[in-house]
Amino acid sequence: MKQVMLKVSSNRALTKDVYEMVLSGDIADIGRPGQFVNIKLDGMYLRRPISVCDWDGKAGTLTIIYKVVGKGTEYMAKLGEGAVLDVLTGLGNGFDVTKSGASPVVIGGGVGVPPMYGLAKRLIAEGKKVTAILGFNTAAEIFYEEEFKAIGCETIVTTVDGSYGTKGFVTAALANIDSSFFYTCGPSPMLKAVYDASRTDGQLSFEERMGCGFGACMGCSCKTKYGSMRICKDGPVLDKEVVIW
Amino acid sequence: MVNTKVTLSGITLDNPVIPASGTFGYGKEFAELYDINILGSFSFKGTTKEPRFGNPTPRIAECSVGMINSVGLQNPGIDHVMEHEIPEMKKIFKKPVIANIGGFSLEEYAYCAQRISEADNVGIIEVNISCPNVHGGGIGFGTDAAQAASVTKAVRAVTKKPVYMKLTPNVTNIVEIAKACEAEGADGISLINTMMGMRIDLKRKKPVIANKMGGFSGPAIFPVALRMVYQVYEAVKLPIIGMGGVSCAEDVIEMMLAGATGVQIGAANLVDPWAARDIVLALPDVMEKYGISDLASIIGAAH
Repeated sequence: MKQVMLKVSSNRALTKDVYEMVLSGDIADIGRPGQFVNIKLDGMYLRRPISVCDWDGKAGTLTIIYKVVGKGTEYMAKLGEGAVLDVLTGLGNGFDVTKSGASPVVIGGGVGVPPMYGLAKRLIAEGKKVTAILGFNTAAEIFYEEEFKAIGCETIVTTVDGSYGTKGFVTAALANIDSSFFYTCGPSPMLKAVYDASRTDGQLSFEERMGCGFGACMGCSCKTKYGSMRICKDGPVLDKEVVIW
Repeated sequence: MVNTKVTLSGITLDNPVIPASGTFGYGKEFAELYDINILGSFSFKGTTKEPRFGNPTPRIAECSVGMINSVGLQNPGIDHVMEHEIPEMKKIFKKPVIANIGGFSLEEYAYCAQRISEADNVGIIEVNISCPNVHGGGIGFGTDAAQAASVTKAVRAVTKKPVYMKLTPNVTNIVEIAKACEAEGADGISLINTMMGMRIDLKRKKPVIANKMGGFSGPAIFPVALRMVYQVYEAVKLPIIGMGGVSCAEDVIEMMLAGATGVQIGAANLVDPWAARDIVLALPDVMEKYGISDLASIIGAAH
């Protein structure tokens, strides 16, 4: 974990309430897709944990995608280019790309989509054939479809209301795919549905309200087959085999 | 050259700065970030007889200038702490630690106190009496002077280590509770624990925290904590460890002026993992700024 000051290079709306922010500075502590950063915002007591969408170590840039859901993310949406943020980087375990096998599937739902992008990019760099299933409620909420296609993912979009792509939840698309391993991030009911529908091993990224984000406060503990784990420190990525619902 | 040393029940600390129980684990996460031996001491995660998972999540809610937690005393239990955490702590922290213990019955408090006394790196036992008494209708031990006294007595009987009773602020008369602890042989008083609070999610129209209510901490409670330390200092002859929203070296000095000998840092550690270290580093300059050469000399000076 490292505390760094990062400068906002861009901050743009992808949909009505989902934003992509590119930050630049020392991001040396970010080492794995699926990790997160914890951002201090003026006037707010607790930091805001946001998943890493993508990063470029050489250029020193970090991309995060966040949905405006409250005071903190509202504040973030208003930040302009050049704003400087106090960020704890390199938090959480992240996904393990070595487990993927030859043809992994990455499954993201809503704001669970962003970490799948950085993951897919690194899997493709390792020569894997990656299928991406991106789930949204409705066509207006879709983002990053083109970005996934551009890095070479076989990309399937699902919408709950059928307004775009495959109608239904991500599991509707998952049923037709033969994959070697799955990686997923999204709302808890989606994770459970993917877990139940999966026919391979996989890794799931969980979300929980956090106090510190680095394992000190026990605010985000969950029960697993091997005792309690902290989502922020032992997770947010858990192996399918340790998960209990 | 200023002197930051203070003495609690015969144990001299290099400085009064002590991370508070529940915000510092067993020190491991912080020792990865800096040499925690710079601290006066630290109070480790509250330990009970049996392992506890704690409360359901969400356990955390943000507030204006503070936070609410409802962790529910999650800990691996005293056996695990004695066998694993104590030896690990000795590797990363060479000074005496403060052992925070909890309990849901007098027997459990006594058991934990007795076991933890076997650890030679434990300097002080800090007894969290904010837990509900399962044999007493679930009323918190710390909200009733007679019950607070009975916990003090039970723990006092089984250990030679200094016993500090950690008081809850959720009472009508904090002085009465402190006096009851003093009368049964407490060596010191730690205060304050968190204040009961809650938040409601406007979208779901339900409490943010699964357990509905939790402990409010952070800078917002500092004036309340300071007031209670001030009151207790006037009422008892025991050393006091003051805490509640302390976030900077100035707050440490203010707490000491009110009557604290040691000062704990809680929520601040969670927002800034280097907070306790930075407070230690800032102390000499802030002391000089206010003309203080010997920190111990200002304890209770506001009275």
